[in-house]
Amino acid sequence: MNSIKAISGRYLLPLLLLLILALLATMPEYVPPYIVILFISIFMYVILSVSWAAFCGPTNYTSLATAALFGTGVYTSSLLQALPLPSVIVIGGLLSLLLGLLIGLIALRLRGMYFIIFTFGLSELLRNTMIWYEINITGTAGRWLTILDTEAAYYYMLGIAFVTLLVTYLLGRSKFGLAMRSIGEDEDASAHTGVNVNAVKIITFAITAFFMGAAGAVMAPRWSYIDPRLAFNPFLSFYPVVMALFGGVGQFYGPILGAVIITVLSDMVLARFPLYNILLLGLIFIVVILFLPNGLVGLVRRERTGSCGKGFDVIRKRLGIKS
Amino acid sequence: MITTFLDITVTGLIMGGIYALIAVGLNLQYGVSRVLNLAHGEFIMLGAMAAYFFYTLFGISPLISLIICAPLVFLIAIGVYKILFERIRKSSKSMVAFEGSSLLAAFGLSFVLQNAAALAFGSNTKAYSYLIQSVTFAGATFAVNRLVALFFAVVFCLAVYFFLRLTRMGKAIRAITQSLDTAQLMGVKVYRELGISFGLGAVLAGLAGVLLSPFSQISPFMGLQYIIIALIVVVLGGLGNILGSLAAGFILGFVGSIVMFIQPGFTLAAYYLVFLIILLVKPTGIFAR
Repeated sequence: MNSIKAISGRYLLPLLLLLILALLATMPEYVPPYIVILFISIFMYVILSVSWAAFCGPTNYTSLATAALFGTGVYTSSLLQALPLPSVIVIGGLLSLLLGLLIGLIALRLRGMYFIIFTFGLSELLRNTMIWYEINITGTAGRWLTILDTEAAYYYMLGIAFVTLLVTYLLGRSKFGLAMRSIGEDEDASAHTGVNVNAVKIITFAITAFFMGAAGAVMAPRWSYIDPRLAFNPFLSFYPVVMALFGGVGQFYGPILGAVIITVLSDMVLARFPLYNILLLGLIFIVVILFLPNGLVGLVRRERTGSCGKGFDVIRKRLGIKS
Repeated sequence: MITTFLDITVTGLIMGGIYALIAVGLNLQYGVSRVLNLAHGEFIMLGAMAAYFFYTLFGISPLISLIICAPLVFLIAIGVYKILFERIRKSSKSMVAFEGSSLLAAFGLSFVLQNAAALAFGSNTKAYSYLIQSVTFAGATFAVNRLVALFFAVVFCLAVYFFLRLTRMGKAIRAITQSLDTAQLMGVKVYRELGISFGLGAVLAGLAGVLLSPFSQISPFMGLQYIIIALIVVVLGGLGNILGSLAAGFILGFVGSIVMFIQPGFTLAAYYLVFLIILLVKPTGIFAR
């Protein structure tokens, strides 16, 4: 009986994940287009918040450069319309990765507050440079793109989201993930124990930047109209942070949970009261910081630590120790 | 030649005065209460909005708006501090954690204020004209409203300087920027000073908003450009070094006016360049020892 339980426990999660993947892969066949469109945004924010959390969660660095990285993908896509989309996705991702490398190299020596200010300033720099470039060099305010078919966009985003989750999960479980967490605990101590902190920071940041750029490359033809204010909107830096912290960065599924809940919630609000959307998100965020310092995951975790005592009770009983 | 020189100098002073005012406010908040208030630009927006509506609806001159806005913004800011940041401070495990979460909370607050303002006042861009006549001095022409803004910006900057240097409370605030614990041991009512510093910082932003309202595009989203400049100035002068921001504001103003003279499109790019160089070469600011 116990062995059946153990086996089902071990295989339950992968089976469940496969089932979810199969459901998502076949979904456009039997749900209304509205839901498919909603899922495109959900995938986009899952990609952004999971990528953000993969670097910022364990290392305790707060990056506000998401808008810059995502916007790089968006702009690559709008400039390279002639090429087939899969190659544009890769190029957008790679350019974003390069930018990530650059940020990593420059921001190497910056910590805490300085890193946040730097990444925030960099996103704004890119936005303003692109506005200046569009007005003075190309003479256009924005660009029109051929709109991408909903179903195609859905599968592209699903694919990128899947790869993002897989890579960040493996990254988190690897020695690399351990090194990142040690940086988060104490960077100096980590460096002293032989972790190449700079390499770990730069490489992880660049890898996560790739996914943000790739997502941007798909979203550009979805939006069909692109200008620097949209592509590098500071809100895009803010969203993933809200989602990841709302879900909780302590667990792998935290940012996913946060992204799904907030996207659905903001979609519901957006549909009814468009003007209140961002207002509401700001408020949610403030409430999260005030009352949910560890996110939704934190609530679950607290229960778990509570039941930890019960676990000891079970062991005591098995061993025949009376407490 | 003398005209060009005068042109660059006065433009630099005007820009520098406003930048210094904004940056000193931001740094007063960060240096003392440790909140890097990314919603600082929204307090500028509130000041500018108030000046606009007071002028267009009731015909109240922006100079009188200065007097009305100061206590108004102070109360709002104290409220925000008590409700938001003081709670975060109490629930944070460490100072680093508090700085991180308060920055993010301020970022959230900026979106709340922007969109609340857009709902209340409409999201279109507003402008009004006040003291638009110009004076010509040695061949260089300046709008009176900018000169008035410069005058008051300098007055407020000096007021902050002497407040911090000469008064008892200023001394207490400077003590807190050096060491909160020691200041507390010396009998400074730390928690009161933290709130007051945050409020004062916001007041400076609100006053700057009123001052620049006659010659700016007033919109709910105008704050962003100023917060960026304020951050650059604060980093230039040193995070937490309040008097450093005062000097750095004028330095950046002069950089701006010189670049604007050579190639107007590159002002912002020049600011970012200064910002990047400072962050890379001396992140603690140019006045750090």
